Amino acid sequence: MVSKPHGGKLVSRVLDKSERILEEAKELPSLEISKDTAIDLENIAHGVFSPLEGFLVRNDYLSVLDQMRLESDIPWTIPIVLDVNKSELKEKELKEGDTILLSCASKNIALMEIEEIYDFDKKQHAEKVFRTLDKDHPGVSRVFDMKDSLLGGKIDFIRGVENPFENYTLYPIETRILFKEKGWKSVVGFQTRNAPHLAHEYVQNTALTFVDGLFINPVIGKKKKGDFKDEVILKSYEELIRNFYLKDRAVLAILRTEMRYAGPREAVFHAIIRKNFGCTHFIVGRDHAGVGNYYKPYDAQEIFEEFPDLGITPIFFKRFYYCKRCSGYVNERVCPHRGKDIILPSGTKIREFLMKKQFPPKEMMRPEIARIILNFENPFVE
Amino acid sequence: MDDRKHTTVSIPVQLYEKIKKRIEGTGFTSVSDYVTYVLREVLASLEEEEKEEVFSKEEEEKVKERLRALGYLD
Repeated sequence: MVSKPHGGKLVSRVLDKSERILEEAKELPSLEISKDTAIDLENIAHGVFSPLEGFLVRNDYLSVLDQMRLESDIPWTIPIVLDVNKSELKEKELKEGDTILLSCASKNIALMEIEEIYDFDKKQHAEKVFRTLDKDHPGVSRVFDMKDSLLGGKIDFIRGVENPFENYTLYPIETRILFKEKGWKSVVGFQTRNAPHLAHEYVQNTALTFVDGLFINPVIGKKKKGDFKDEVILKSYEELIRNFYLKDRAVLAILRTEMRYAGPREAVFHAIIRKNFGCTHFIVGRDHAGVGNYYKPYDAQEIFEEFPDLGITPIFFKRFYYCKRCSGYVNERVCPHRGKDIILPSGTKIREFLMKKQFPPKEMMRPEIARIILNFENPFVE
Repeated sequence: MDDRKHTTVSIPVQLYEKIKKRIEGTGFTSVSDYVTYVLREVLASLEEEEKEEVFSKEEEEKVKERLRALGYLD
């Protein structure tokens, strides 16, 4: 049996007969939201963010900041909020209790009942979620760019924003049925924002030794400069699965959401999402969802000690590397060698080779994968 | 300041003392923290044992059709 959805029930806030509803709702006041918020909304509607049924109301928001739990005591670490300017609220005469249309790129995408309008403290938000106020941190900088008020309340989804990766998009109901059809009773989720190098592969294979299936679930969405472009990640994983994985034991589908770079908190958030997809286990590597030196290498593993009730089992890995003396891929827990004996498949070094249009050493990345990446004129986010 | 909403439950004094001793030198800073942790763990495992969610036949067929069209199922 795959994992139960977080909070016990898979949320669905997708409206049937959406065209008729749109027609009826066209007189409602509307509010334009960003593409990232629209994608959050889509994730709420399809149960990716179960048990959320809408954007956080004040008590849930404060509880997430302070306790990393919703007010109902269910673990939740990243605030999913809708920000709006007071001036816009005033201009549109929006108030609590109103039902509004949410639109993105001038397309109506959802209905929302405004349960609460509340102020928030950006400094507190940034410090709690990211453990820093340094505006060089991409997550902190985004918080300080947010509008000045938050709207909380349930949403009803009508239709989504443009999705260039529709064929790679599966929602929790689909992955749950897929895992069931494949006969997987245990599934390990793998989060990534990178093209695969050999250490990723070894982590995945090690985990797969103990479970029935591997769910490779790259994050597709806003990333920082220098990260791999979405299509590069997908094409390189397709190549890896096609040639090096057992067909019936690995599934690739995307997670559309922005990277927050919130390190430990985001690792728990990522685990919850994979639980909703039906995973029973989740791989947490070194510096998961980290950026720069804001988090210690294993902070994102230690935070799980605070959640005995998460409902998904985290699998922690130390750093994997190639050891010349062991003649293979190993990790710090099994190999006594260090220094010149080992080749670390560092993402930074691999990027340097690829940027120079060179193949990284085969001990870092398979040439078949490097070739796919090098076929792209510019494989990195600019 | 810890602004969590709390309420009080009673446990036998002997049990309280036993827990107090057990958490010495661990990451738990109070008996209350330990009891909260254990209860969350127990409740979560009980919830896991509850009945599996089932989808309607119609819903399942619709999903399978899409999965086949995308190549996820043969």
